[in-house]
Amino acid sequence: MQLDLLTSHYNYYAVVVLLGIGLYTLVSSPNLVKKVIGMNVFQTGIFLFFITLAYRRGGNPPVITEGGGPYVSPLPHVLILTAIVVGVSLTAVALALIVRIYSEYGTLDEATLEDLYYD
Amino acid sequence: MIEHLPVLLVALPIVGGAVPLVASLFTDRVGWTVATLTMAVHVALSALLGWRVWTTGTVDYAVGGFEIPYGIELVVDGLSAIVVLLIGVVALGVLAYARRAGPRSNATYALYLLLVTGLTGMTVTGDVFNLYVFLEITGLAAYGLVASGREAPAAVAALKYLVIGTVGASLYLLGVGYALAATGTLNMADLATELAAVGYDSTLVLTAFGLMIGGLTVKVALFPLHTWQPDAYANAPDSISALISALVSTVSAYAIGRLLFSVFTVDFFRAVPEARVALLALACVSVVAGSTLAVTQTNVQRMLAYSSVSQFGLVVAGFALATPMAVVGATVHLVGHAVMKGGLFAASGVIERETGATTLGGYAGLGGRVPAGAGSFAVLALGMVGVPPAIGFVGKWFIVVGAVEAGLWPVVVVLLASTLLTLAYFARLVERLYFAEPTIRDEAAVADGGDRPVSLGMTAVVVGAAVLAVALTAAVPAIEQVLLETLPPLLEP
Repeated sequence: MQLDLLTSHYNYYAVVVLLGIGLYTLVSSPNLVKKVIGMNVFQTGIFLFFITLAYRRGGNPPVITEGGGPYVSPLPHVLILTAIVVGVSLTAVALALIVRIYSEYGTLDEATLEDLYYD
Repeated sequence: MIEHLPVLLVALPIVGGAVPLVASLFTDRVGWTVATLTMAVHVALSALLGWRVWTTGTVDYAVGGFEIPYGIELVVDGLSAIVVLLIGVVALGVLAYARRAGPRSNATYALYLLLVTGLTGMTVTGDVFNLYVFLEITGLAAYGLVASGREAPAAVAALKYLVIGTVGASLYLLGVGYALAATGTLNMADLATELAAVGYDSTLVLTAFGLMIGGLTVKVALFPLHTWQPDAYANAPDSISALISALVSTVSAYAIGRLLFSVFTVDFFRAVPEARVALLALACVSVVAGSTLAVTQTNVQRMLAYSSVSQFGLVVAGFALATPMAVVGATVHLVGHAVMKGGLFAASGVIERETGATTLGGYAGLGGRVPAGAGSFAVLALGMVGVPPAIGFVGKWFIVVGAVEAGLWPVVVVLLASTLLTLAYFARLVERLYFAEPTIRDEAAVADGGDRPVSLGMTAVVVGAAVLAVALTAAVPAIEQVLLETLPPLLEP
């Protein structure tokens, strides 16, 4: 029973691991670019969570055919398509800001930046 | 035409925002004009929509004609109508300030209108995922606007805001995922019934509540999730600080209220009193911590930013109390805070331009030098403390009465103590303005302020905000009526 829970929910474990890695990188990495990558990994964990929700064992693509049987839910896929677009725009804005910060301060290290910033 | 009003309000600023971008190919001077025209139409349309809600009650709109609950629904009730009108009026007012104060580029005004789109969308939407999308549109525009400051620290502040804001929005999205897993729907009205059917004590529903509200409190900047706010407000250009401080956190706080009353409903609070206690506790901590941090600041704009942390604690406490009195109070304070805080940032900008003063010490004796700016600043500051007849008094009074009705005496004590703390940092400033010896030498001030003159529009905005902060008190009965008639049932006191 316990083993069954462990093996049948592996996609949820993947979600938790991704969220953890993302948040950890976001908080602990001193490099701004790595922070943004951590943010991306965190978001990807959430995307995987939604896709997992849509999955049905033995489900078919959501195109109605004769005797099509159980379908995979199309709704979370559509939502995540939107969320991916949002994520890409955020990454683009973040990287643009990082380029500006680098050209102004010549560093991407957070600790050095804080020293310069609060002078 | 008139039945398409809700969607027109969202579409108008997007289209308006595209115009300056295209026009940039030919000229660099049309941004402000286009933004002003667009916002004028926006205000007219939102007033019309407000009138419809006032006369006929809640307005529903199915986007693209898709059947509800499968398509996206826009819902405008009393609360959303008030907030939409507030967005329009504040955004138009700040434009009058920005004409001289800048920023001037076409791209900035495209972002400005994009911000209005996001805020309006968040307000009128009746779909939790749609709310996420508009939340991120608002965020993207706000990050860009903060970064438009000329000094280098603006980019650092914007990146900090972006990273923290994205985590908040992502947590909200995760909460939407839990709600979807529990019910299979995203429509707010539908979720309200489906969540009740699933059972409020279900782990999925509780997690969804925690993540959605928790994610939004980052955007509202409640303590201890407020760290992005002082940097962002202090480094953005003055007109942008005024706009963002007045609207972005306000609409996120509105979204919390929307989730509490239209999605989880007060029945959730009845079934899970711990959730209400937790939210109240967070709000009370925010009220005290925000004020305390504000007292320790010497930079005026940072002090104003920390003051927001405390004031939004009050608003969220009002929503969490969920009695009719408290919710009316929270809404009134939401509107009042937007007008007063936007006005305070604008007034601090005027004072800085005239004299170069940005710190508590620098404000000494400026009362006579900058009569309009300092006078408005004093009126707005006292309004924020809660001196009658300003609107700040009415909002706080209603929230406190709501807390008394609910019998939550610790909350009452915190709310009253917060007024004293607010007085501590604002009275200090007003005292410096009028009763202290000047410290900034006139020559230096002229050298600094002379090339950036204060226009009539800027003065008009700060004086207008001060007048509005008092005049709005007259609108409170109307706000109360439209809220109590159209909001979903609230907790009985």
